[in-house]
Amino acid sequence: MADKVSMRIAYGQALAAYGAENKNVVVLDADVSASSQTHYFAKACPERFFNVGIAEAGMVDVAVGFALRGKIPFVNTFAFLLTLRAAEQIRTAVAYANTNVKLIGSYGGLSDSFDGPTHQSVCDVAVMRAMPNITVIVAADAVEIGKLVPAIAEWNGPVYLRVSRAEVPVLFGPDHTVQIGKGNVLRDGYDVTLIATGVMVGRTLQAADELARQGVSARVLEMHTIKPLDADLVLKAAGETRALVTVEEHSIIGGLGGAVAETVSDGRPVPVVRVGIHDRFCETGPYEALLDRYGMAVGDIVAAARRAISMS
Amino acid sequence: MGYHPESLIQELNEVARRLRLDVIDMIFRAQSGHPGGSLSAADIVAALFFHHMRLDPHQPDWPERDRFILSKGHAAPLLYAALAERGYFPTEELKTLRQLDSRLQGHPDRLKTPGVEMTSGALGHGISIGCGLALAARLDGSDSRTFVLVGDGEIQAGVAWEGVMLAAKYRLANLTVILDYNDVQLDGFVHDIMPLEPMLDKWRAFGWHTLEIDGHHMRQIVEALDTVSNIHHAPTVLIAHTTKGKGVSYMENRSTWHGRAPTKEQYEQALAELGGM
Repeated sequence: MADKVSMRIAYGQALAAYGAENKNVVVLDADVSASSQTHYFAKACPERFFNVGIAEAGMVDVAVGFALRGKIPFVNTFAFLLTLRAAEQIRTAVAYANTNVKLIGSYGGLSDSFDGPTHQSVCDVAVMRAMPNITVIVAADAVEIGKLVPAIAEWNGPVYLRVSRAEVPVLFGPDHTVQIGKGNVLRDGYDVTLIATGVMVGRTLQAADELARQGVSARVLEMHTIKPLDADLVLKAAGETRALVTVEEHSIIGGLGGAVAETVSDGRPVPVVRVGIHDRFCETGPYEALLDRYGMAVGDIVAAARRAISMS
Repeated sequence: MGYHPESLIQELNEVARRLRLDVIDMIFRAQSGHPGGSLSAADIVAALFFHHMRLDPHQPDWPERDRFILSKGHAAPLLYAALAERGYFPTEELKTLRQLDSRLQGHPDRLKTPGVEMTSGALGHGISIGCGLALAARLDGSDSRTFVLVGDGEIQAGVAWEGVMLAAKYRLANLTVILDYNDVQLDGFVHDIMPLEPMLDKWRAFGWHTLEIDGHHMRQIVEALDTVSNIHHAPTVLIAHTTKGKGVSYMENRSTWHGRAPTKEQYEQALAELGGM
């Protein structure tokens, strides 16, 4: 197993490093900088750091004001608060007004595992995906976060980036590249394609290993950008492997699974089996154990692959 | 700032009258829109766009311009009238309000209409957006000022007070909120639906400098705006007491005219009461 590195610390350090260079970056936080790790930026660039208190909705609007004057605001709080409490602010003042605001949802998925369902975020991607104009990205490891921070800052338009609280195995080397809207082929294969995002990419690679041992050749795609989805890559996989599995630490409704199913149903219908949380809230517990219990074990991915193949 | 001649006051009153006529005409043609809150703020908007704010209609994106945020976005007809009369786009275009393919959407859209700084319509956003603009101006070392026109009903939204707190924390003296206190909202009187008194005490308790004026008295409006320019320690709110539907007798103080278009007969009466096109 590869070394584990904290996603949130990687984010905080990348933001501080990039923000120190790009003077247009401003960072807002709603009293969780010690959690979201924006304290690194706050220390490096105190004049461009704004702690608004526990006021998520207002924070989004303040960021919009910054964006209207050409700043690049990074808005930080827990994913559930950002995407739900501030949903109308995001819909009207960020999405519809198409302002250049970067929304960073910390503690994505079940990663705030011991705080329980109030703090876990199982539908943030679905909510953000439903809004026109917003680019939706989920980072897979600490290396990718480091690449994504400059990429989203330089992307012209609103972005939602989901960051995990967890320590996650490092998957990528320093030469890893990210291009927003383009998935990465991590492994080739011809019996089935496993399309994974975020923290689940590591487990998906383990599932592909297991499938290989069972004589199944699985292609693995890493899809950091959920919207706009890399439809070319998905449709090519649908055509060539004729069975798809999506893997995400999110409700199977409206996230990566929804995006892939919508894409293939329009373009190249093939079975799509969705691995993720089955339309429910979870509970308190150790992170890895929660992933296992709520449908995101390596075995669940393997079983999903077999089911997709059997239907194709 | 010296004493403003009576000729300026008369000129601005005439602008406000013109804006009210435009508003009635637009809403009558569209047979849809919000006359009450447009008419209540006409004098304030006339003073801002035709006297106080630093603007250049030929360069809507001029970085050093003052910013105006219409937080009460339903007063879009008033904003459009002011922008057109000020030269941002032809007044003829006002006739297209709310039509398919029009640049004049039912509520302001910053991407469609020249001079519209920010998309609005959902209430409660403007103060926080103004905070961001004011903080960014400070970072840039710009003396550009930000003016936010808010309705009274909309500060019933808790999120508005998030911005109020933030402006006080950062002592945003370059941010001015003008509160169109007409005491009428969609369902009735503000003092019945959800009272806001004591209004001044609320803002003072939140750390704002407060001024209270008659929002239809042009000299008071203009002089209050001058006064604000000399407040350097805190954001200022101008509590402007106004009459919803001001200038059209049957609309005044009636919540039924919050969002409704006049009939042909009512339209002609309104034009006559406002002194005619």
